[in-house]
Amino acid sequence: MRFSKTLLASTALAMSAGAVAAEDMADSMTLVSWGGAYQKSQVKAYTEPYKEMNPNVEVVWDESSAEAVAKLRAMEEAGNVTWDLVDVVIADAMRLCDEGLAMEIDADEVLAPAPDGTPASEDFGDLLMSDCFIPQIVYSIVHGYRTDVEAWNGKTPTSVCDVFDLETFPGKRSMYKAPLYNMEWSLLCDGVAKEDIYDVLSTDEGVSRALAKLDTIKDQTVWWSAGAETPQLLADGEVVIGSTYNGRLFSVIAEQNQPVAMLWDGQIFDLDGWIIPEGLPEDRLARVLDFVRFATDTQRLADQAKYISYGPARASSAPLVGKHIELGIEMAPHMPTDPANTQNVILMDFPWWADHRDDLDAKFQSWLAN
Amino acid sequence: MSDMTTTSQPVAPKPGAAPQVADPMLAADGTPLKRSLARALRAQKLRALMLIAPLLIFVLVTFIAPILDMLFRSVENQVVPNTLPQTVVAVEGWSPDAGETPGEPVFEALYHDLFLAAEAKRHTRLGSRLNYEHAGLSSVFRSSGRKVDDVGEVQLDALDALDKSWKDSGFWYALMSGGEGAAGDTAPLKAARGRLERLTGENFGGDAGFVPGQEIARILPRTVAEYSTFALFTAIDDGKEVARTKPWEAVKVALIQEIKRGADLAGYDGPGAAELRAARDMAAGQPDIDFKAAFADIDEAWDEIATWRTISAYGGHFTSGYFLNAADMQNGVDGIEARPENQRIYVMLFQRTLFMSLVICGACILLGYPVAFLLANLPMRTANLLMILVLLPFWTSLLVRTSAWKVMLQQQGVINDVLVWLGLVGDTGRLVMINNQFGTIVAMTHILLPFMILPMYSVMSTIPQTYVRAARSLGATNWTAFWRVYFPQSVPGIGAGSILVFILAIGYYITPELVGGTTGTFISNRIAYHISSSLNWGLAAALGSILLTAVLILYWAYDRIVGIDNVKLG
Amino acid sequence: MATYTLRYVEKKPLSFSLPVLAAAGGFAGLFVGAAQSTMLNGIAGGAVLLAVLGFLALGVLDERREKPVRWGVMALMAAGGWIMGGLAGLIVGIAFGWFFGWFVYWIGEGRYRAHLLPYLTPGQVLGHYAFRVTCGLIFFFLITPIVVVMPLSFNAENFFTFTPRMLALDPEGFSLKHYRDFFTNPDWQQALWNSVAIAPVATFLSVSFGTLAAIGLSSEHVPFRRAIMAVLISPMIVPLIISAAGMYFFYSRLGLQGTYWGVVLAHAALGIPFVIITVTATLVGFDRSLTRAAANLGANPVTTFFRVQMPLILPGVISGGLFAFITSFDEVVVVLFVGSAGQKTLPWQMFIGLREQISPTILAVATILVAISIVLLTTVEMLRRRSERLRGLSPG
Repeated sequence: MRFSKTLLASTALAMSAGAVAAEDMADSMTLVSWGGAYQKSQVKAYTEPYKEMNPNVEVVWDESSAEAVAKLRAMEEAGNVTWDLVDVVIADAMRLCDEGLAMEIDADEVLAPAPDGTPASEDFGDLLMSDCFIPQIVYSIVHGYRTDVEAWNGKTPTSVCDVFDLETFPGKRSMYKAPLYNMEWSLLCDGVAKEDIYDVLSTDEGVSRALAKLDTIKDQTVWWSAGAETPQLLADGEVVIGSTYNGRLFSVIAEQNQPVAMLWDGQIFDLDGWIIPEGLPEDRLARVLDFVRFATDTQRLADQAKYISYGPARASSAPLVGKHIELGIEMAPHMPTDPANTQNVILMDFPWWADHRDDLDAKFQSWLAN
Repeated sequence: MSDMTTTSQPVAPKPGAAPQVADPMLAADGTPLKRSLARALRAQKLRALMLIAPLLIFVLVTFIAPILDMLFRSVENQVVPNTLPQTVVAVEGWSPDAGETPGEPVFEALYHDLFLAAEAKRHTRLGSRLNYEHAGLSSVFRSSGRKVDDVGEVQLDALDALDKSWKDSGFWYALMSGGEGAAGDTAPLKAARGRLERLTGENFGGDAGFVPGQEIARILPRTVAEYSTFALFTAIDDGKEVARTKPWEAVKVALIQEIKRGADLAGYDGPGAAELRAARDMAAGQPDIDFKAAFADIDEAWDEIATWRTISAYGGHFTSGYFLNAADMQNGVDGIEARPENQRIYVMLFQRTLFMSLVICGACILLGYPVAFLLANLPMRTANLLMILVLLPFWTSLLVRTSAWKVMLQQQGVINDVLVWLGLVGDTGRLVMINNQFGTIVAMTHILLPFMILPMYSVMSTIPQTYVRAARSLGATNWTAFWRVYFPQSVPGIGAGSILVFILAIGYYITPELVGGTTGTFISNRIAYHISSSLNWGLAAALGSILLTAVLILYWAYDRIVGIDNVKLG
Repeated sequence: MATYTLRYVEKKPLSFSLPVLAAAGGFAGLFVGAAQSTMLNGIAGGAVLLAVLGFLALGVLDERREKPVRWGVMALMAAGGWIMGGLAGLIVGIAFGWFFGWFVYWIGEGRYRAHLLPYLTPGQVLGHYAFRVTCGLIFFFLITPIVVVMPLSFNAENFFTFTPRMLALDPEGFSLKHYRDFFTNPDWQQALWNSVAIAPVATFLSVSFGTLAAIGLSSEHVPFRRAIMAVLISPMIVPLIISAAGMYFFYSRLGLQGTYWGVVLAHAALGIPFVIITVTATLVGFDRSLTRAAANLGANPVTTFFRVQMPLILPGVISGGLFAFITSFDEVVVVLFVGSAGQKTLPWQMFIGLREQISPTILAVATILVAISIVLLTTVEMLRRRSERLRGLSPG
């Protein structure tokens, strides 16, 4: 047992250091990400230090993560995959893995162990949810609200269900233009116990029930499809409360100093990470593996948290999270994983969503359009 | 200009000059003039075509071919027969009216199809395809793909327990290839290659390092077929050596089924003959593999008639399913029927697109006409300066204009701010002008207005002002002179502008996406959604085909009424 | 000898001018009043103020005092604005003052008839100006959104909103940082560079193919002319999203997706209809005997094309080329599908800017582009006038 583990670790080392010589690696790689502050944090924490070590490597960024599945499928159909590493959410990673569009990896072989020698598979732990997925960050979908709404008479929302309370908290809301997240919240606030949400949602009645709850706020809702919309809408005062990624809200609150506050209640955890497209030529694959090993090590993941308030996916990175690079504030309390923020977390059932996404999407979109 | 020499041909013989037939007029080189003219005409035609050809080919290749290719997806359904080739054939004799799910052979075929599909990771694509027709099938295929290798577990375990050579990859290789020097049969390999290539769309040419034995292929055809598929896939896709790789469960299941059904092993003395006979005796004492029960165990959907109705209805190479869906219909129990109320969306979206395009077109006429009239009747110098005001928005990025309207229209936006500042509306009663139809209409009217003004202006500037003056001097009132004299002459401009605007509006995508909210979006937004998010490309193509047909009818009308040559821009 | 002069520009009686001015004043006062939340007072105040001013200017003071009076009105209204609304009010006040100073004399002296046909009835005059005002409003509708976003590009914050500090014209509320971002951010610079590399090549392709084809099409003996025309015009009429998706799949198969030439070809195809339409329109007026004359004088077809035909249809070619250029330069849907990161053009970068990271940098870019378009449009107009002058045509 012990012997085989050492063997694995040594092959991994050999892979990264010895076996693949630098001249066998491609000189450029195309990374796909989401753009904005998030991509900037990846540039600062991963690619800039990597380029310092490998000055000859050219990194091209493509902000296509939102269409990653569609584009990868078309690339595969055409037999011409131009991307080397793609940042996707776990749900997309599972889909890509199922369809054979993403490469299966062995975490202990490809990823670096923690500084204390803990193998990667233990360091990432439960977050390695798919055979193709290399976790990077834990983020969450939370609500932010404006702190200066006169019509609220000094009250502030304390529970996620206050989103559905138009009497106490009148004003427009902004919600994600897809069933994801919204269905969970509406069932939760319709009296379904947290652990029963997905069982209820598996039935037609459950879907109708969730949509009926959403109906109560439908005409007061602006639907967003890109992460930057809710922050803009909140800053403009177009909406008084809205859901978005916690990192975006952090930047509105801490960096832009807008009168907005976080509502940590009922946050939904989600995962984001890398996948390597299936069928890369050897030289490009070697380059990407080299980069991924570097970019997902303990220090790099902790570094990323200096630029954006997303939790590193490695357990060993958590103690290394420091202060924001420009604002100098301690980042730990702004992480979605901070104990103070995780009082009432909803855990998303990713495999369930992988199975039911198409179906719910059709129903939700038809509900939305009618 | 009025010179008659501008008509091109030399004077040709008049049709009435019949008597000259006997003595044909000759051209300078002595050939009859008629033939010489015909030749000249032909040369001219050819020259014109030569000039057009490069562009025509260019457009056909870079534009028309992609469009046709895309539209073809709306009827294409290869994924079902390519992923479940045996099942589709086997299920042909079955009818949903029978009141029960298909029999054992269909499930056995499904087992083999699904097993291979799961190995090649194609089963989820089939799942998503069938999920469009029957919600829930996506997860059925996903979970079935995970568990399909558990089918016949008892029998497989018994086989492995019987003799350890059944777990040995080398033994299998020898058995299937008939040992060294045995006569080979490449037909199963060829069939396997075709099956894999159809399934994955990839090339499986190349050496598998394996040729099935002729004799074993005769005795155990299905087992050899399955093993050949396994061998090819292992060698080409996985890049592993066949002789050192353990065969799939599907191969063993095929073997058990075949020897159980009394494969003729009597004269067989190739490699593994003894093991085969032992296995036959063992299998006789085992219960049959119940594929139907096994699948029902994996997912109860396999025990439902609806599942099989969908598979049998969508088993063909072509489908009308996407077009039915695009018309809010489906292939239901009693033929074609409307979809359930909570899934109907497209007819409504088409109507909305049509209605809003009409409104936008009307608004453009109302706003464009006075401006075009003013521009056409001002001195050239002033008109050209004012024209800059029309062209400037035309030249400004669409995205910028759309976001400008966001800034203007939103509740905390410029217009509401001004209204509140003026006290016309209260601070709490700010108007909702964006993320609804109004927002889309205003922004798109603004964006498309230049497309209305430019053709109108080019028509109006050719209308002589003297006509109106003449009418006035003959005693017509201002209004009569305009309505009876000027307006009829400007109608072609209105026609040109409005069809241009309408065609552009009906296909708009970016602006409704950014300012339309949920009630102001167009059919194009759904097309884009299906292309990039839901990945239902067939439905996107069907919706696109319908939209394109509508546009082409409009274009045809346009060409008939106005003539495409009469469009002028600027 | 009795002389009759048509004196339609003449001083109007006060009984006409004062009510008109009062009405205008009341209308303007409505808004000022509303802003101070006393609409009625505003109307009354505005009417009285303008009537008094009109009486002073037209009835009491000499006509030759026009200039000082107008300055006085402006100063008065500016002061009023300052008292009511600070700096912003001051600016509005100056604008109002300038306008009403001019308006008082325009009405009172009857100057509004100066450019009209003398026999028009008062009703027709009113109709004429009502029409002009309507057109003015439509131009206002066309231009306002563009003008409004320009100040936002100087926003000191990262949002698309007029902040209170901007409205108060506080210098702190403004900043050039979005312009700095545009000029220093490699993403934007790369996007600009890509646009500049793609648009001209696409334009060149559509113009060269398009012009040849248009010449071919203009000949009288083209078989299947309608069908060919329909094919060539199709990129303009097929909804963009369909074109984009089709090209995406097809170009992927050819290995063109995500390459420079893929985007260039796609954009060239989109620009072709504009070239065809403008050049065919120019060729309608082209005198074919000129080419024959050239041929007669011994020029070969190539020489004839470049020395005779081309110079004459050049305006059409140029304007078609401009349309093709702007089509490529402003195109976002197709490039999003056909391009990849290496071909990220300006509109694409703007689209990202709108979707992923709302940043007024796109407004800064827009302002720069609008400024460039104004310069271009003005240059073209001046060139046109110059060439007309050179050709001996009187500029219209």
